[in-house]
Amino acid sequence: MTTTLEQPNTTHRSVASPEAAVRVALELLERDLVTEPEVRPEPATIPALAVERVTKRFHVGGKRRPVTAIHDVSLRLERGGTIGILGANGSGKSTLIRLVSGLLTLDEGRVEVFGHDIVRDEMAVKRLINRVSVDAAFFKKLSPMENLLFAARLYGIDAGQARREAVVICGRLGIAEKRLSRPVEQLSRGMQQKVAIARALLTSPALLLLDEPTTGLDPRSKLEVQAFIEDVRTNHDASIVLTTHDLDEAERLCDRIAVLNDGRVVVQDTPAALKRLVAERHGQAPTMHAVFMTYTGRSLDDDVEDDDHDDE
Amino acid sequence: MALLTHELKASYAFIERNFFLSRRYWGWEVAFLVYSAAGALSISLIGAQAGDPRLILTLVVGAIFWNYLSVVFSWIAETIAIERWEGTLEYTMMAPVRRSTHLFGAVAYAMIYGLIHTAAILLAVMLFFPDLSLGHADPLTVGAFFVLGSFSFVGIAMLAAILPLLYVERGAQMTFVLQSVLLLVSGVYYSIDVLPGWMQVVSWFSPATYALHGVRAGLIDGVPLAALWADVWPLLVAGAILIPFGLWAFGRAERYAKRTGKLKRVG
Repeated sequence: MTTTLEQPNTTHRSVASPEAAVRVALELLERDLVTEPEVRPEPATIPALAVERVTKRFHVGGKRRPVTAIHDVSLRLERGGTIGILGANGSGKSTLIRLVSGLLTLDEGRVEVFGHDIVRDEMAVKRLINRVSVDAAFFKKLSPMENLLFAARLYGIDAGQARREAVVICGRLGIAEKRLSRPVEQLSRGMQQKVAIARALLTSPALLLLDEPTTGLDPRSKLEVQAFIEDVRTNHDASIVLTTHDLDEAERLCDRIAVLNDGRVVVQDTPAALKRLVAERHGQAPTMHAVFMTYTGRSLDDDVEDDDHDDE
Repeated sequence: MALLTHELKASYAFIERNFFLSRRYWGWEVAFLVYSAAGALSISLIGAQAGDPRLILTLVVGAIFWNYLSVVFSWIAETIAIERWEGTLEYTMMAPVRRSTHLFGAVAYAMIYGLIHTAAILLAVMLFFPDLSLGHADPLTVGAFFVLGSFSFVGIAMLAAILPLLYVERGAQMTFVLQSVLLLVSGVYYSIDVLPGWMQVVSWFSPATYALHGVRAGLIDGVPLAALWADVWPLLVAGAILIPFGLWAFGRAERYAKRTGKLKRVG
């Protein structure tokens, strides 16, 4: 079942664990120290992301009959909003993110980013989006700065500007400047993930795709990243798609939440409405855990124990 | 103009990144250079043992020119494989960069790296064989075949770069096998006349066959370029066909990888 689509709550929330430094970084970003992408988002009436009846199938293991990873999925994300995608491992979360990223082709349906069709206006869409995935993929022998410079140049940002911005953003994420010249492989997992977030922010994406960005982080790093995400949305006018296994994180950061099960959106609404729904219709406690249990048929613990992040 | 500037900057991103990689792996770069120089010298010493200066020159040219071609081939062919190893392929493919721009950057770095690498080996060979005479050499012929050989080989390397896109697990190995076949059939150290008949037919399709023959003719015998048209036109045709075809095929392979989800997996 899918509850009625509503306009997302775009009211700015207060930052739960405000780090002044993070705010400073974002203010700098707002002052256009980072190169603006050539394609700017359309006016507020156009959604940041419109996913319409998207289906994706894969042929797995040479079998003739394809596996449907994403089945007739529709989503809408208003500008400045944050939508959370919840689901068990293998439910299709990462596949959906990859479809929006243009890393997979659509079998059916259409995806628009700020009114740009991802098939017809591929380059325009690429300039508007960036992604942080669960595995912070870098050239591990290169330093964070070298990796960030590479990314910045691909998005048309001058090296000098990129260096300055990288120092500021990484500083606000708790990465000291001296660490930016060491090989990435010498950084902790949490640090690498922060650099991955910095890489995405360096390109000033209007639509930020966060695929389990806090998975595997220690509690402190997780909170820092969550605070940063919150501030990016609040102060940087970015629209965010977030997949996560952390239900508290989803509730805290997202205006709306869609639950994926076996490639289908089984329910989507605001966190409050979803909790109310499971309480009223299913007699469950009004918690996100109950929402997850009810609509995926498995407990979060079951899911987390499955350490396979392959969502196809 | 702005678009061209953007694409050139993006191309430079790949040049700079590959330079960073070479710098970080400097120990391996030195080891690779020493191994390549030792290989070139070892092969050239076969000519010294035979007491045949012409054979020495033939082998030196083969070793040095093949080193250049194989280095260029490797850097281009491994463009995708490197990113698979590092897990960065999806990020690069997501960036607003045309694939031609991406490959142009890879080719430019491959040629710069190849020239420096080969110059170092040439220096080692010259020091080892100070009596080698190149008095008859025709520099125009040598230079022309260097350029023609480079670009015709680029097309093959682009096609080889597709393999790691199509075959996640085995693609990189396939490019290595292809490079080995080119070494075998192109007359790098011997005349293709000594190859079995069917292998000689295969050699006709290798640009290296014509490039090596042309370079040797120009360097050892001083044959002018105009007299080597039989070697020039296959290289012109190969470059004119293989580079556009390589770009087109790369685009098709990328689309296939996106349809089947092969960008994701790490090989």
